[in-house]
Amino acid sequence: MIIRGDEPEQIGLLKRLYPKGNYFMQGDEAIAYGALFAGCRFYAGYPITPASEIAETMARELPKLKGYYIQMEDEIGSIAAVVGASWTGLKSMTATSGPGFSLMQENLGYAVFTETPLVLVDVQRSGPSTGQATKGAQGDFFQARWGTHGDHPIIAVSPTSVEDSFWETIRAFNLSEKFRIPVILLADGIIGHTREQIRIPDPEEVEIVYRKLPANEEEAKYPFGDVHGDLIPPMPLFGNGYFTHVTGSTHKENGLRDVYTPEVHDRLVRRLHKKIEAHEKEIQKWEEYYTDDAEILLVSWGVSARPSLGAVIEARKKGIRAGLIVPKTVHPFPGKRIKELSKKAHTILVPEMNLGQMILEVQRFIREEVPVIGVNKIGGVPLTVEEILKEIESSAERSRHRSAD
Amino acid sequence: MAKQIYTKYEMAKYLRKEALPTALCPGCGGGTVLNAFANAIDQLKIDPRDLVVVSGIGCSAWIASPYFLADTLHTTHGRAIAFATGVKVGLPDKKVVVISGDGDLAGIGGNHLIHAARRNIDITVILVNNFIYGMTGGQVAPTTPFGAITTTTPYRNIEHPLKIAETVASAGASYVARWTTFHVYQLIESIKKALTVKGFSLVEVVSQCPVQFGRRNRMKTPAEMLRWFSKNSIPISKAKNMSPEELEGKIIIGEFVSREKPEFTEELNKLIDEVAQYHSLGGEDAD
Repeated sequence: MIIRGDEPEQIGLLKRLYPKGNYFMQGDEAIAYGALFAGCRFYAGYPITPASEIAETMARELPKLKGYYIQMEDEIGSIAAVVGASWTGLKSMTATSGPGFSLMQENLGYAVFTETPLVLVDVQRSGPSTGQATKGAQGDFFQARWGTHGDHPIIAVSPTSVEDSFWETIRAFNLSEKFRIPVILLADGIIGHTREQIRIPDPEEVEIVYRKLPANEEEAKYPFGDVHGDLIPPMPLFGNGYFTHVTGSTHKENGLRDVYTPEVHDRLVRRLHKKIEAHEKEIQKWEEYYTDDAEILLVSWGVSARPSLGAVIEARKKGIRAGLIVPKTVHPFPGKRIKELSKKAHTILVPEMNLGQMILEVQRFIREEVPVIGVNKIGGVPLTVEEILKEIESSAERSRHRSAD
Repeated sequence: MAKQIYTKYEMAKYLRKEALPTALCPGCGGGTVLNAFANAIDQLKIDPRDLVVVSGIGCSAWIASPYFLADTLHTTHGRAIAFATGVKVGLPDKKVVVISGDGDLAGIGGNHLIHAARRNIDITVILVNNFIYGMTGGQVAPTTPFGAITTTTPYRNIEHPLKIAETVASAGASYVARWTTFHVYQLIESIKKALTVKGFSLVEVVSQCPVQFGRRNRMKTPAEMLRWFSKNSIPISKAKNMSPEELEGKIIIGEFVSREKPEFTEELNKLIDEVAQYHSLGGEDAD
């Protein structure tokens, strides 16, 4: 039983096809190359702006690595095919944008419940509905978390630059393989279409994770059982004679449906949650800038993290003690760290390209101790350094007045 | 007291014993389909380890998944063929079979059905057409006959049924046949052929649902429904010389299409080999 993409010859191919060095490319392309380096060998998708360049790059590059590209008839079929391929041992991915992401939600839930590793890229665009189809946005924060139905955990990661898109895609694959869960890459149309320099590494520099397979027939009998006590069941792949049954209905550890016993549903759904909660430290990732003494703490993600950092640097020049934390794993949210940092802060600003989504997660952890203020912009144009700086300055001003009272 | 499970029948060796008894109603045609499928597998001597069965939602989706002892993937409503597409690409040497109902595959899943046929991917689809949404309570289906009574057409159905076999044949499948649960031996032969043909194959099985369909349409026993199938079935050779008026309400049975054309996974692997070969020869450096 093998996970395709881990053959030794693949390293040689990667080295020859994409030699180490500096490249100039779009975020969408960087996501595709990240997937190739992560071992992705199956892509099924449906064209949608601003994610189509991922499909185009995969269609061109995957055959060179003996990987498969299929353009499906719609987004629902795309993620369905990705789930099917994943059960045969192929590292698999699909990419879409807002409306396509909505169509994928039911089968995303299927992947969560059947613990199927896959990467779903959502290159966020302006909405609701068709919105400004060609413009970037950050409006799918909660669609990633709560888009499908039922109680379920999810992992979503979000890159802040073209180079970061490459590395976060690899991390998305690794998390997905390790924890047997679909991982969402919440990219956005602005970084997706921005061209920047990125450094492509040697394949040996990239740490790659492969899903755990059953060690023997006995383990293979429990495709949804916690046989190792780490809450992550080994995955018996199709085609190996294990007669595995996989269903989106509530199932017992052996895979067979049982929708009538409350304990079976409770046990399964709680394990899925615990699997992620227990490994939160490994899953969560964030970056901090000037947070040691920050009185004004900025919390920002994805494309908005960049003007936020610019604004923090400008504010420091003006003697304002501003700092920035950027969650790279947006779900599960690194709220505990933000709470810690908030103890030194008099104001928290949350810049994002929506009318306030991640801010709700921040408020959930901070509660009323510190004012949490959104810096929001919609319309398809990213926030600027000046716009965010203005908010930092007025927060600093307000604080001075408060301490003078 | 636990139900007695009859396991002496030879085909029972293909069943997942711990999942029995089946959830199918007494008199359901699903049992006939499962039996015909098991016989086809047995006669072709296909090792169930070389088989992946995929299904969607509804009564007919249960026929082989979970009951057939193979790798089985029980998916979301309407999407079985799309899931199977990923499975087939990953395991091109295995037999990938979809068994599901008319509402699942031709209603909500109609788009995947016609596109898989167009793509001509080597998947065998056994579509069980019982004219009704059985498991959800007997609502009108895309295959419900004109004028029939269902729980959502209590006065009569004013829509026209989809001709599934004809649609899939014109969409480009390699093999298409239609039989009823009355024509068991022909059905087994067709399933065997569908499993052997390289390319997309569809066997539509018109099947009885006495509980949800027959009961409301003056055929409350399974035997009455089978008699209706027997009386109303017209072989395709004979149907060719009949007018649309004469064929109204009839079930055309037989093989609709049996042809060779390039198959998707084979073409995909051929393409990959060509591209990979070009690059291993240093094709990129040459330009």
